[in-house]
Amino acid sequence: MPDKTITVRATRFDPERDREPRMQSYEVPFTDESMVVLDALNHVKSHIDGSLSYRWSCRMGICGSCGMMVNGTPKLTCNAFLRDYWPRPVVVQPLNNFPIIRDLVIDMDDFMHKLKSIKPWIIRKQELPLGAGEHRQSNEQIDDFRQFSECINCMLCYAACPVYGLNNEFLGPAATALARRYNLDSRDQGLKERLPVLGEAEGIWECSFVGECSVVCPKGVDPAKAIQQTKLDTTMRFVLPYGNRE
Amino acid sequence: MDFESYDVLVVGGGLAGIRAAIAAVEANPRVRVGMVSKVYPMRSHTVSAEGGAAAALGPGDSFETHAFDTIKGSDYLADQEVVEAFVREAPVEIIQMEHWGCPWSRNPDGTIAVRPFGGMTTWRTCFAADKTGFHMLHAVFQTSLKYPQITRHDEAFVTKLLVEDSRCVGVVALDIRSGRFDAITAKSVILATGGLGRVYAFTTNGNICTGDGMALAYRAGAGLKDMEMVQFHPTGLPFTGILITEAVRGEGGYLLNKDGERFLKRYVPNKMELGPRDIISRAMTTEFEEGRGFEGPHGKYMHLDVRHLGEKVIDRKLPFMRELGREFLGIDIVTDPIPVRPVQHYMMGGVDANISGETPILGLYAAGECANVGLNGGNRLGSNSLPECLVFGAAAGRAAAHYASSARPVTANPVDAMLWDEARRVEAEYLEKKGGDERIGPIREEMQREMDAGAGVFRTKEGLSRLVRNLGGLRERFEKVRIDDSSRTFNTEIIAALELDFMLEVASVIAFTALAREESRGAHARRDFPERDDEHFLKHTLAFHTNTLAPRLEYSDVHITTFKPQARSY
Repeated sequence: MPDKTITVRATRFDPERDREPRMQSYEVPFTDESMVVLDALNHVKSHIDGSLSYRWSCRMGICGSCGMMVNGTPKLTCNAFLRDYWPRPVVVQPLNNFPIIRDLVIDMDDFMHKLKSIKPWIIRKQELPLGAGEHRQSNEQIDDFRQFSECINCMLCYAACPVYGLNNEFLGPAATALARRYNLDSRDQGLKERLPVLGEAEGIWECSFVGECSVVCPKGVDPAKAIQQTKLDTTMRFVLPYGNRE
Repeated sequence: MDFESYDVLVVGGGLAGIRAAIAAVEANPRVRVGMVSKVYPMRSHTVSAEGGAAAALGPGDSFETHAFDTIKGSDYLADQEVVEAFVREAPVEIIQMEHWGCPWSRNPDGTIAVRPFGGMTTWRTCFAADKTGFHMLHAVFQTSLKYPQITRHDEAFVTKLLVEDSRCVGVVALDIRSGRFDAITAKSVILATGGLGRVYAFTTNGNICTGDGMALAYRAGAGLKDMEMVQFHPTGLPFTGILITEAVRGEGGYLLNKDGERFLKRYVPNKMELGPRDIISRAMTTEFEEGRGFEGPHGKYMHLDVRHLGEKVIDRKLPFMRELGREFLGIDIVTDPIPVRPVQHYMMGGVDANISGETPILGLYAAGECANVGLNGGNRLGSNSLPECLVFGAAAGRAAAHYASSARPVTANPVDAMLWDEARRVEAEYLEKKGGDERIGPIREEMQREMDAGAGVFRTKEGLSRLVRNLGGLRERFEKVRIDDSSRTFNTEIIAALELDFMLEVASVIAFTALAREESRGAHARRDFPERDDEHFLKHTLAFHTNTLAPRLEYSDVHITTFKPQARSY
């Protein structure tokens, strides 16, 4: 074992054997300042204990699969650097507010249903034929929705959301941000179809505007803003003259 | 053990797979489509594509020049009628993606903007800032949610293709969450499983890129075409292999050696930083060998310098690159040069398929990086792979839907027995095996080191022969592998074992086919055969599975229609 090591404490849970999650410690060589928490987990799996389960792929902060709680904070483990934790142990747990399938793997089916429920596709009264070419759209019009289109579905915002923690019927940050992404897109005409989902009791009105979702987002998305703007949208529908309600 | 039956089953949930699924449904709304992916579709490696998607959209562009650039870039190993069809379809697909919500960057008049890219003679690469693959994947995946005919099987790993009487009738898949083996039957199956970069140690590819579809098809009797053609991208970050997009050079970035010299003037004087990837990767490797690279804690590197572009251009065109620099290197590319070196990036080779994605196995189709339809030949041009996924994903989806509409139904009886046999095989080989003293991790790491050393940017007979021998040794060690994890629930160690089994298979095909191609063409550069040899090797390599590690090799003619092979210089 090299001189410099770091202790990784990881959640273990196998529903076939364990009644509840437990923690297991591993001593991992800390050989390079560039190492991230995911590298440490990969060392454990390759060389110490092949049974440790977690998800990962791109290790460049874009696929969104390696989100975990790192010392209590939701993080992408591919860009959580060991040097920021050493010499203290780094504690890795599955994302808060989700059922645990196994070890560090959460069940995110709920989000997949919510994503579909907000109709995350371009809705138009009449489809433009392909032969007509592209919809004209300025870079400024893209700027209107750009940040909301950057969501990588990593679930960190749900793990940070105290409202979702209490009530998982709440539509939550990422799904609302993605609905906003389409509602703000100049090509889209689907606001009216999405508002019933957004406006119902467990839609946006549950948000208590803690703003933790926006703090933990690794991509600079501001779901809290999306939720507040959507509240305004749904209210304005009842205030504005009839013709402007779309 | 459950049965699901579809008309079309897509294996893989990246850009090619989802495009195929939607195309199948749009070709025939009564078609029931299944999509099985070992990860949630939005995790697929398409997500990491950065620079853009080529299409001759603009008034200053033409199909002919896009075709010629692609064919010259391929070092004349592309099938030209395939390229000609591709360049015509690519603009249609780019518009289709626009209608599906892809946030393409725009010109001042609101039309889709283009940027220059390596090996392309004109500006034709459409882009969504420098996260093009991410935006395309999310747009197409989210669009796919509106089709009730598409049923997803997320996080299920295909272990075997079901082939009955020389016809593919489905797959056996391990449901990762439950550990259950399912037969998912279908009248037609489309492989869209992506690349195999993880056979190398230093790669831009994500952990999921393990050549699954290529190995599945190979074992089912399909040929693998031109597997010696492995692309090394010139600009990966040392240590992590994170891709720095070619768009950095497209937007005007410089590649500099340790003397501060734009060394490409000695290799591609007319193209400089916009030369094709194979030639620039060789130039960088040569500079390293001649002592003109920087030395760092993670090996030799060059500087990629965008400081002269200014903050405004960088933030508009390359914001993700700035983010990657900050997050992973602690540098600001506005004020600091980026350290880069060549890195495995893409597989030109793949499952032998025609222009419609049909493989020689009835009912089996392939599209995207796992396929070789003849588009890329010896070297793929940057920004041709995203439109390849769209054009040939859609073609395969339509062809599979058409075939399924007249194919006879799949019968349960032989499928039942095949499912049972496959489930028993995997359980016996991994879950229930007693003894065994080898671990997956060390074998995988050694394979990756061997591939870097033997089948990298430059190859030799000695290096490839050693690689073939060592891969044989690793295969023997793999037979003695032991699994720590005995749980059925989300057992990622058994997935890693199945992936390593596939990777050892395709790595051996790379080594044997590279050894047999005694010339230098495209990305395949032999030190001992430095010249292109059209007389003997203007041919596709076809590798077929045998009972040994060594494939049976055949060669087939390259289809040349318009552009006669000539010397390739830039």
